[in-house]
Amino acid sequence: MQAASTPRWSRRRWMVGAGAGAVATLGLPACSRRSGGPLRLWAMGREGEVVNELLHGFLRERPDIQVKVEKLPWSAAHEKLLTAFAGDATPDIAQLGNTWLPEFVALGALAPLDERLAATPEVQAADYFEGIWATNRIEQKLYGLPWYVDTRLLFYRRDLLAQAGHQQVATTWLAWQQQLRDIKRLVGAAKFSLLLPLNEYDPLVALALQNDEPLLRDGGRWGNFRSAGFRHTLDFYLSMYREQLAPPASSNEIANVWNEFARGYFSFYITGPWNIGEFRRRLPAALQDAWATAPLPGPTGPGASVAGGSSLAIFKRSTRQADAWALASYLSRPAVQQQFRVLTGNLPPRRSAWAEPALMTDAPSQAFRQQLERVRPVPQVPEWERIATELRLMLEQVVHGDLTAQAMPTEMDRRADRILEKRRWMLARQRAL
Amino acid sequence: MSQRRNHHHRINWAAWAFVAPALIAIAVFFVVPVAAALLMSLTDFDIYALADLSNLRFVGLDNYAALLQRPLFWQALGNTLIFVVLGVPLSIAASLGAALLLHSRLARFQGFYRTALFAPVVTTLVAVAVVWRYLFHTRYGFINHALAQLGVAPIDWLGDPQWAMPAIVLLSVWKNFGYNMVILLAGLQAIPEDYFEAARLDGAKRWALLRHITLPCLAPLLLVVSILTMAGHFQLFAEPYVMTQGGPAQRTVTVLYLMYEEGFKWWNLGSASAVAFVLFVIMFAITMLQLRVSRRSEAAR
Repeated sequence: MQAASTPRWSRRRWMVGAGAGAVATLGLPACSRRSGGPLRLWAMGREGEVVNELLHGFLRERPDIQVKVEKLPWSAAHEKLLTAFAGDATPDIAQLGNTWLPEFVALGALAPLDERLAATPEVQAADYFEGIWATNRIEQKLYGLPWYVDTRLLFYRRDLLAQAGHQQVATTWLAWQQQLRDIKRLVGAAKFSLLLPLNEYDPLVALALQNDEPLLRDGGRWGNFRSAGFRHTLDFYLSMYREQLAPPASSNEIANVWNEFARGYFSFYITGPWNIGEFRRRLPAALQDAWATAPLPGPTGPGASVAGGSSLAIFKRSTRQADAWALASYLSRPAVQQQFRVLTGNLPPRRSAWAEPALMTDAPSQAFRQQLERVRPVPQVPEWERIATELRLMLEQVVHGDLTAQAMPTEMDRRADRILEKRRWMLARQRAL
Repeated sequence: MSQRRNHHHRINWAAWAFVAPALIAIAVFFVVPVAAALLMSLTDFDIYALADLSNLRFVGLDNYAALLQRPLFWQALGNTLIFVVLGVPLSIAASLGAALLLHSRLARFQGFYRTALFAPVVTTLVAVAVVWRYLFHTRYGFINHALAQLGVAPIDWLGDPQWAMPAIVLLSVWKNFGYNMVILLAGLQAIPEDYFEAARLDGAKRWALLRHITLPCLAPLLLVVSILTMAGHFQLFAEPYVMTQGGPAQRTVTVLYLMYEEGFKWWNLGSASAVAFVLFVIMFAITMLQLRVSRRSEAAR
């Protein structure tokens, strides 16, 4: 199959493919893109398992289009998409984590969607949560349609908070931290009030996004971790470990967060919407009334959180972009999104899809509804995940005493600047051209 | 004379023809990728270069220079050396001990034990890791429970930077000692019984038999086993990947794990290739040293 498609390849692409293949040793994907045949949709994890059920209506409306769903496991999805790009075997349309979009835009792999959006009245940008929509716009162009949203907020033990003397979660950092101290006094030295796993960067990034200073400056060319805002967040975050409100542990050591939450090992946990379902399934029946969710507190009032989730993106090399767009806009209809939510528990990105009664009356989801009005994208550079990983590693070093909290912002900027070197070179060259 | 040379020639061609398939396979699957990786290590190949080759910069030895200046590289090298220094002797001692026990005439149910001790080698690491994560658990783990009976305070095996690598060593020794055990067992069975009989007639006791008969007879095999084990240990990757993801505080990041992160997580294939070559040079040097030492000790004997 590869041999048959070789003549179509440009020499450049072949060299890139061969180079990447030589190192990856596993070679290139066996299938190349065809212009006939079904529309190829790549979806990950649980979404990949259920998406076929969403397609019945679409196939009835558009009998001229056939859709072939290919499932990828999340752990291998990123690698597979990159190898598919190198091997000229990208699908027509795929589910992409919205933090991956900048990378695939930098590759030139995705088709801009603005013209199609303008011609499709059923997809209204204003109906989407602003922060989520913003993650799909890169350098003033739209590259994805939000499919479902993800953000981080508080899951907490209402009973323990009440025993500590508080009826509601505070909305400012200082008041919230006082609540955590009160819980700590209640539960004693062997237990904690908050879980901030040392191997996750999302909670720290969510709190850091609450500041008005950006995390990267000058169009994503340099790190901005020496800003007063980031130092403030870092200090607040570290005080949780310093005061023993949070255990200095990674989630590997917790083994089973639901059991530990049920035991009261910690009372607050910053996590995402998938845990609504998990908490219902895994916590004992006696505790079902004792847990709740709340939006993240901020430095001076209700705070922002990270705008995550997945989008549907169309690949530039696809010869069936119009059909792919028809599928993406079908999957974006409020009714289809509601069906999608029932199947997966994923929260919809459109406000009109939240009008569904089941969602309106669901207390844990309503906290997400409030939080979604205050979500912000992470810096839109392909290098972001690597920078965030450095952030997590340095936080771990500070907590273990290998690095001082004062030195961390400077060191973090140094590492971010090094990671962004190629990006600066690219941007300078683009300007010169 | 000339006839003989012709004859020689023909034999050479035939020989080449016979080894050609193997040589072609080696060229395609070894020489070409290695050459490509060497070339790549002199560039800054990354996702931007993947998008458009005009974004590729030739950087000479910069990748190597940057690598040698990176604290994480030295830490990874240190972590790997700790693993090799702790793991190789422990693993070979465990293999040899198990092989001697199995070979002993007193051992019953040899077939059963041979299978049981070999079983960890053929189990899937990922499945085993789940169990071992629980064994190592600070509050609920069996290992800390057993240590508590001896009065030892609980150890945070996978969370304490000091203990994470020893924990990986324990898992790795348990997982891999069966392989060398089988090789050494075969070696033990190949030692002629006459030697032992002769030595016993001379009055040698059990310890003397082990020192003067068993170990010298096993020496060549032990050399091979130690080279292979060391080469394997330098390439530690899967255990930290499934157990700790390089944590805590990067104390279980090994050289190969660093290469994986550079190459496949961040797609900096240029610097990942540089890591691969540095690892290759280190392993080559150590293997050469090992061979020389063993040759010298053989000559001395």
